[in-house]
Amino acid sequence: MFGFGILSCIVFLPLAGAAFILALRGNDEATLQNARRAALGTTLIVFLLSLYAYARFDPSSSAFQFVEEKGWLGNGLIYKMGVDGISLPFLLLTTFLMPVCILASWKSIQNRVKEYFVAFLVLETLMTGVFCSLDLVLFYLFFEGSLIPMFLIIGIWGGQRRVYASFKFFLYTFAGSVLMLLAIMAMYGVAGTTDIVTLLQTHFPSSMQKWLWLAFFASLAVKTPMWPVHTWLPDAHVEAPTAGSVILAGVLLKMGGYGFIRFSLPMFPEASAYFAPLVFALSIIAIIYTSLVALVQEDMKKLIAYSSVAHMGFVTMGLFSMTAQGVQGAVFLMISHGLVSGALFLCVGVIYDRMHTRDIAAYGGLVFRMPLYATVFMIFTLANVGLPGTSGFIGEFLSLLGAFRVNSWVAFLATTGTILSAAYALYLYRRIIFGVLDKPSLASILDLSWREATQFAPLVALTLFYGVYPSPVLNASAASINALLKGYDTALAVTKTAALAFH
Amino acid sequence: MYAAIVFLPLLGFLIAGPFGWRIGARPSEIVTTSLLFVSGALSWIVFFQVALGTAPASVSVIGNWFTSGALQVDWSLRIDTLTAVMLVVVTTVSSLVHLYSIGYMRDDPSRPRFFSYLSMFTFAMLMLVTADNLVQMFFGWEGVGLASYLLIGFWYEKPSANAAAIKAFVVNRVGDFGFALGIFLVFVLTQSVGFGQIFAAAPGLANKTIHIFGLDLDAMTITCLLLFMGAMGKSAQFLLHTWLPDAMEGPTPVSALIHAATMVTAGVFMVARLSPLFEQAPAALSFVTIIGATTAFFAATIGLVQNDIKRVIAYSTCSQLGYMFVGLGVGGYSLGVFHLFTHAFFKALLFLGAGAVIDAMHHEQDMRNMGGLWRKIPFTFAMMTIGTLALTGFPFTAGYFSKDAIIEAAFASTRGGAFYGFLLTTLAAGLTSFYSWRLVFLTFFGAPRWAAAGHGAGHDLAAHDHAAHDHEAHEHQVHDHEDHGHEGHALDPHESPFSMLIPLGVLAVGALFAGLIFSHDFIGEGGPEFWKGALYLRPDNHILEAREDIPGFAKQLPTLLMVVGFLVAVLFYFLAPSLPGRLARGAKPLYEFLLNKWYFDELYDAIFVRPAFSLGRLFWKGGDGAIIDRLGPDGVAARVVDVTGRVVKLQSGYIYHYAFAMLVGLAAVITWYVASGVR
Repeated sequence: MFGFGILSCIVFLPLAGAAFILALRGNDEATLQNARRAALGTTLIVFLLSLYAYARFDPSSSAFQFVEEKGWLGNGLIYKMGVDGISLPFLLLTTFLMPVCILASWKSIQNRVKEYFVAFLVLETLMTGVFCSLDLVLFYLFFEGSLIPMFLIIGIWGGQRRVYASFKFFLYTFAGSVLMLLAIMAMYGVAGTTDIVTLLQTHFPSSMQKWLWLAFFASLAVKTPMWPVHTWLPDAHVEAPTAGSVILAGVLLKMGGYGFIRFSLPMFPEASAYFAPLVFALSIIAIIYTSLVALVQEDMKKLIAYSSVAHMGFVTMGLFSMTAQGVQGAVFLMISHGLVSGALFLCVGVIYDRMHTRDIAAYGGLVFRMPLYATVFMIFTLANVGLPGTSGFIGEFLSLLGAFRVNSWVAFLATTGTILSAAYALYLYRRIIFGVLDKPSLASILDLSWREATQFAPLVALTLFYGVYPSPVLNASAASINALLKGYDTALAVTKTAALAFH
Repeated sequence: MYAAIVFLPLLGFLIAGPFGWRIGARPSEIVTTSLLFVSGALSWIVFFQVALGTAPASVSVIGNWFTSGALQVDWSLRIDTLTAVMLVVVTTVSSLVHLYSIGYMRDDPSRPRFFSYLSMFTFAMLMLVTADNLVQMFFGWEGVGLASYLLIGFWYEKPSANAAAIKAFVVNRVGDFGFALGIFLVFVLTQSVGFGQIFAAAPGLANKTIHIFGLDLDAMTITCLLLFMGAMGKSAQFLLHTWLPDAMEGPTPVSALIHAATMVTAGVFMVARLSPLFEQAPAALSFVTIIGATTAFFAATIGLVQNDIKRVIAYSTCSQLGYMFVGLGVGGYSLGVFHLFTHAFFKALLFLGAGAVIDAMHHEQDMRNMGGLWRKIPFTFAMMTIGTLALTGFPFTAGYFSKDAIIEAAFASTRGGAFYGFLLTTLAAGLTSFYSWRLVFLTFFGAPRWAAAGHGAGHDLAAHDHAAHDHEAHEHQVHDHEDHGHEGHALDPHESPFSMLIPLGVLAVGALFAGLIFSHDFIGEGGPEFWKGALYLRPDNHILEAREDIPGFAKQLPTLLMVVGFLVAVLFYFLAPSLPGRLARGAKPLYEFLLNKWYFDELYDAIFVRPAFSLGRLFWKGGDGAIIDRLGPDGVAARVVDVTGRVVKLQSGYIYHYAFAMLVGLAAVITWYVASGVR
């Protein structure tokens, strides 16, 4: 397609849209409207392209597909793209959420409109790049590069404490990634290449694996985020504009989990097995601790942010269980959480746009004025709680089942999270939606507009559809995950035999 | 046909839910109610074919839900006698409650929402009882929990209703926590969650130990205990019962359908369905007996002193569910299910009758403000009396067959806990008789206390209407409900409309004759042909025969205590009306203890709710704020800001500055990399 592969088109088309918007002159309403339309059009085309890729994807194969490879920057670096069953769902999630974000920013962004959409389109290039790159350096570039537009989005279009939040965001994520860069260099030293496909076949020495694992962990744990390096997330969410929160929760957090599946588990299997108890411990703490913290929040966005941390605890727990159910559940939970938490932030955005406060106490009784909104919010609240029939259930159930197979205590403690999530989510819902509508400021609040209903409709549909029929995601990833688990088991078996031979 | 039974209510929900506001209240009512009646008629056909007839049990797979590794979960409909019994119970009560609600909710502005919830509940409940695997059962299980949550909180402007709704959901989640772990363990043990495979594997797992939670435990025992935890939550058994009385905040038809006849019996159904597992876990069965007996007794003691008419019946439900579990726990699964079946009729009757009383009294629920109503609403009075007779086990009514059978089985059983079960259920039979007749006497006899009583403490709809007028009037252009006129008017209790009285009559027939007609099939000679193996009994389980051969005094004891309870009630509320007050003052600590429901709410508040909030605050302010942030980013950021603050004066300059710095840094890194990579 145009001399590029389809993945390159998906990744770089947003840049073309960004260039177009930058080329627009003037700041009148008509120009801004054109900018919005250009952004929406671009993201929609990208989404359609990714659907096309999905249609042509062969889910029965665990190999990377649509692979493109070109020399780049001298002989050392290659430009290599490709997706497998693990990365494709994330790619689709990203391209799916982008048009929704553009719609959500339609009215709420009023200053520096063009720059805003440029930042978002650049961000889309970087995020899709993360999930498509098959070269470690390329991955790192996209991975770190995605910080910059996000940093700008929070810092420029954020709330009152945006500078503090963007600093925190920057400090945490950048500090972690420096270590990852060192690890990448070390891996290059061993394997002589940064080609991910080759690296997946490379066996790193056991002692080195632990260091490499820890270095990757430093970066990925911050991104995920895992306890105790999660405190940047609530602040970043609170200050970010609505669409920024959606992307942050929906996609950026998933890069951490994706990194674990793509690198830590298959490349450092022995270290993963060695450190699994640590991950379990941190995951359980995250689930219980942040759920309790969520219970006492007074700020809607913070509450949902803490709930995200708790859900990502289920993800890391499922991944490191290294069972078919655990890993599939984790992947599914990430996709589902991308939809659900994104939608929840949109829900907050809807009333924030009207009332300009995120304070839970400022609301109450909204169901009387906003029945449609109440319904939508209820659906996503229930999905967040993991009610069967919504997408939230499948991921939680499978990852817990996977964990249970490995360690019953881990599953026992983590399952308490399902009780706590019901408590904080319903408590939030009750304070905002139910009760008597007696606050004068709310007396004339309006229900969802057509534009808002449009942005929610696909999210509602997918959340419910995946709840009763999750196979599209599960089947797409099954072959790749099975291959991953097989490789992992083989690697561990080899080490064991080697260890026995010494005795 | 099976699919029609299950999915017609869903269709009703999908019509009345999203489109109810457009098609209007009356069409929504008609659509949901008539679909339910069709579903109910089909269920009876299935009952005659599968349970009473010779049609074979079947499993029809609708489609795959999800598959992961060895785990395969299907959407499927399992139809056997047990399912057929549940189908009949659920759809019959549900269709009658739909009909009843047309009358009861006639003044409510959000009727489409109400009827759509009722239908959604019915769908979820049917998915639960037709499940062929544990996960679909869990789907229905949580689905009915959701419907219960929505319906308890139906009048969402009432803070008490909201609190009760959340409490119901969260306490049920505690039970579901055990259920989920039980499912995981079943999968680990059998590599499956489908009933066919699990039941086939169960005998082989008897007496196997498993290393779990750091201990070596009997595999089937721990499995069944975890699963039973789910049943305890859903069926409001001792320790997880606290949500049920509060659930009375919901409209009364909801209490009848969900919190008496169907949803709360899901736990009983679950144990019966999983009888092949429980049969291999005698220790777990003993636990079931003990919990059931404790609940039966404990809830009955609280029922003695409650003043809210619905709460008395709620505690009665709790207590009767305890009976069912005793029946299951001694190995008489059919006894538990039979009591479930008869109880559905007379308890729904009592609740709907209470609803008719409340309706007549213009939403007054406190029995202290009633009295002398039998002249005003004789039909309702007659129906309530029938319900009471059946509940207390008056000879040849429904309860006489099912409840007494459980007590007899508890006496005959040699299992652990069975004697404790016999003792407490017998005592509870006396208490049941007392509180049931107390309810009837306080409500229908004596001097009318409503003429004098102020009507300010309006319950149910009263509070609702104020809010509804203020707010919903804007939404609902067609504002078809009339003003109640309950303020400033003299109270004149009136008989309810026919849509409410007909369901009462139908249920009364069931309450009178269900035992007589069906006891032969359910628990008598006809049992084996009736159940056709849907309930599994180990070859050494002879409880059903042993029940027949117990001494006469044990057989008569429950009936005797029923009479005693009745006589005491007569004494207290006719002959010596000052006695209850004197007794309450004389044994004040005991009275307070019972009135405050054994202080369970206070206890749980102190050991779970408040600590959870305190811990949350501690982790937030202390953990995240004082420790992690201070040591981490804030400390570093403070230094950075200090330094940069001196260099760059302009606040907004930071962002670009740092973005630029990052780009430069990245560029430097790449340059270094390329330089070394070319090597």
